[in-house]
Amino acid sequence: MKSIQANRLAADQYQDHFGDLEPPLDDRRAALEASRCYFCFDAPCVEACPTGIDIPSFIRKIQTSNRQGSAMDILSANIFGGACARVCPTEILCEEACVRNLQEEKPVEIGLLQRYATEESFEGPHPFTRAAPTNKTIAVVGGGPAGLTCAHGLARHGHEVTVFEAKDKLGGLNEYGIAAYKMADDFAAKEVSFVLAIGGITVRTGMALGHDITLDDLRAQFDAVFLSVGLGDTRPLDIAASNINNIEPAVHFIERLRQSDDLSSLPIGDRVVVIGGGNTAIDASVQSKRLGAREVTLVYRRGASSMSATGHEQHIAQTNGVTIRHWLTPKDTTYDDKGVTGVTFEYTKQDADGMLTGTGETHHIDADMVLLATGQTMIPPAQIKTNKGKIVVDEGQATSLPGVWAGGDCTALGQDLTVQAVQEGKIAAQSIHTALSA
Amino acid sequence: MADLTCNMGGITAPNPFWLASAPPTDKAYNVERAFDAGWGGVVWKTLGEDPPVVNVSSRYGAIGYNGQRMAGFNNIELISDRPLETNLKEIIEVKKRWPDRAMIVSLMVPCEEKNWRDILTQVTDTGADGIELNLGCPHGMSERGMGAAVGQVPDYVKMVTEWCKQYYDKPVLVKLTPNITNILHPARAATGGGADGVSLINTINSIIAVNLDEMAPEPIVDGKGTHGGYCGPAVKPIAMNMVAEIARDSECQNIPISAIGGISNWRDAAEFIALGARSVQVCTAAMHYGFKIVEDMTDGLSYWMDEKGYKSLDDFSGRAIANVTDWKYLNLNYDVKARINHDLCIGCGLCHIACEDGSHQAITAGRKDGKRFYEVIDDECVGCNLCMHVCPVDHCITMEPMPTDKAPMNWTQDPRNPMNQAK
Repeated sequence: MKSIQANRLAADQYQDHFGDLEPPLDDRRAALEASRCYFCFDAPCVEACPTGIDIPSFIRKIQTSNRQGSAMDILSANIFGGACARVCPTEILCEEACVRNLQEEKPVEIGLLQRYATEESFEGPHPFTRAAPTNKTIAVVGGGPAGLTCAHGLARHGHEVTVFEAKDKLGGLNEYGIAAYKMADDFAAKEVSFVLAIGGITVRTGMALGHDITLDDLRAQFDAVFLSVGLGDTRPLDIAASNINNIEPAVHFIERLRQSDDLSSLPIGDRVVVIGGGNTAIDASVQSKRLGAREVTLVYRRGASSMSATGHEQHIAQTNGVTIRHWLTPKDTTYDDKGVTGVTFEYTKQDADGMLTGTGETHHIDADMVLLATGQTMIPPAQIKTNKGKIVVDEGQATSLPGVWAGGDCTALGQDLTVQAVQEGKIAAQSIHTALSA
Repeated sequence: MADLTCNMGGITAPNPFWLASAPPTDKAYNVERAFDAGWGGVVWKTLGEDPPVVNVSSRYGAIGYNGQRMAGFNNIELISDRPLETNLKEIIEVKKRWPDRAMIVSLMVPCEEKNWRDILTQVTDTGADGIELNLGCPHGMSERGMGAAVGQVPDYVKMVTEWCKQYYDKPVLVKLTPNITNILHPARAATGGGADGVSLINTINSIIAVNLDEMAPEPIVDGKGTHGGYCGPAVKPIAMNMVAEIARDSECQNIPISAIGGISNWRDAAEFIALGARSVQVCTAAMHYGFKIVEDMTDGLSYWMDEKGYKSLDDFSGRAIANVTDWKYLNLNYDVKARINHDLCIGCGLCHIACEDGSHQAITAGRKDGKRFYEVIDDECVGCNLCMHVCPVDHCITMEPMPTDKAPMNWTQDPRNPMNQAK
């Protein structure tokens, strides 16, 4: 039996495994689900949405077949409403707040309804228009949800925006870092085209900050700069020598999968171990399983309730046949001349102060492929004030450096959510516009 | 189990659930399956004179509500489009096979004595238990001087009823149209003409929907539409009011009523019977779900009757009539106030916004311990019930009578009534 192998599935299984995890609602199901919304006054779901989408209003417009009005309610609060409908952990945001939970423990399916409402918006003409030109220019560094939301907001105000992106494509994690079945049918690229259709946004790909461009040059050339560079490399696992084959960051694996034209050509291990407890760990383990790995074990050093992946995400992993092991921390790797052969873990426990300690007992898991999802770090520009490695911003997303704003994963200390990045880009656009209009 | 047998103006049946004159009763094949399913009686789809009428294609329209189909329904069909002889032959055969079920024949012919006499002679030979005069069809037939064109003129109602009583020995029911200002006028005319009972309501004139692409009313027949007859659950309140009006009118002399209008289940039936109905007729619900719904109607009604201790329909028939009165006799010293059960409240705020924007600004919106908190201002609450109706949680908002030492007083006794001051 070959350990690392491509083409494990029948041809038609790839589309099944990497198409939509949850099929979109059709008209009938959308109408029925929309009818469950009570159109609350002071609705808790709106308060729970980081971008403050008027959820009862957009759902009511679904009920009345006013799909365009519904989409505009969403997109005017969140230009990435399509992506957020697909990737938001609604179970800890709007849907957790839904009053239906208190009544029947089943919230209105707001995420699916949001997808239904926005689905047709990406086909027709761009729904927003630009204000008169201001002749002000802004550099946006990083073309993910935060950067593009900021660019879109500034373009609407009549400013000229240049987006510098290190990679070949815009979209950030939507394009490179999220499981394929959450963004099926090349949706991330479609949404980027939709956002850019506002006009006034120049895109320069292959331009990395610190390599191809410098912050000082951007500050000199533009009226304002918005940094949305996201996170950098995965923290290395200090127990593994860097030259062992088939151990790599999970984000590299996901990126390779997302950019592949032919999933059957992707090699996948027979026994895959994924180390980590966040959404990246879930996305990597589920996609490993869906590529045909026989045994996938997700190993996390604390208990289920400490995982940053939500209960819903953990459930997806489990129903896809991923084994989740808790209270194990990696101690050593075993390998031969071909590559990794396993990981030895030590059992952990939490002491009275909440500190994690090893028990001394070990457990070995055989593996021919190991994916690390142990968190990413970034190296922020030296001139800017940071906290725990992330850029410090004020309530208007301004950094310590005059003329420089920041948003997205490179700033937030909380969970790195797409919807939070969008909100920060939105706030920054307004804040930059106010500053440039003064 | 309770006894569900009914006697409607001299027509008896094992239960009060009858199928109204409509497509479900238009031929032996349907009617026999309905009887097999348990229906107590049928009113055979209206017979007319030969040659039979011709129907259009595209006949029904419907409106839904919040995802539910057919809250309201309308049709532009005419009376039976089968030859008279075929219908009469089948009625004879079915009645022979199902002697215990009520077989009523609906009739509509031109408003001439001879025409009615001729068809009555033929119906007499079928052995049917009675007839129902279709004086209510609101579309098509009324353009030809029949149906509602007769039912809207009380003198004609009385005249046709008298002819039928003269030429037919068995019970004569008169089906009334609701497309009239005051239902009592034709009801009194039917009573005066000697009718053994009235059936109501027939369908209501309606345009059920306008198709905004074709810019035409539905159902659309080659680009055009016409008003139809409205029925289904949405018309039940209108029907109940008309039934109650007749039931409490002294000139109608307790004429037996067969109630029709949106009846879909045993509870609907019980409400009509409480308002004085002796039998109920069902159409839309059977057209929507099929004949099987009668099982819920019969066992639901009898379980409820057992629970209440009613042994037969007569035990509760008409029990609510005495409590239907005119507004002027309602007690003005009766006072209820809304009470919100905060343990049940889910925080939707509908009570607040409904009262704030739609009623009397008597519910405040605030937060308590971080949670949404809605509270009634007693001094502003007029006891309108709106908050209770909009609240999506059962029993969360209740209307509680306030203690009072004032004696009951209605508008006829109230000193604020200008008519009383004039005295």
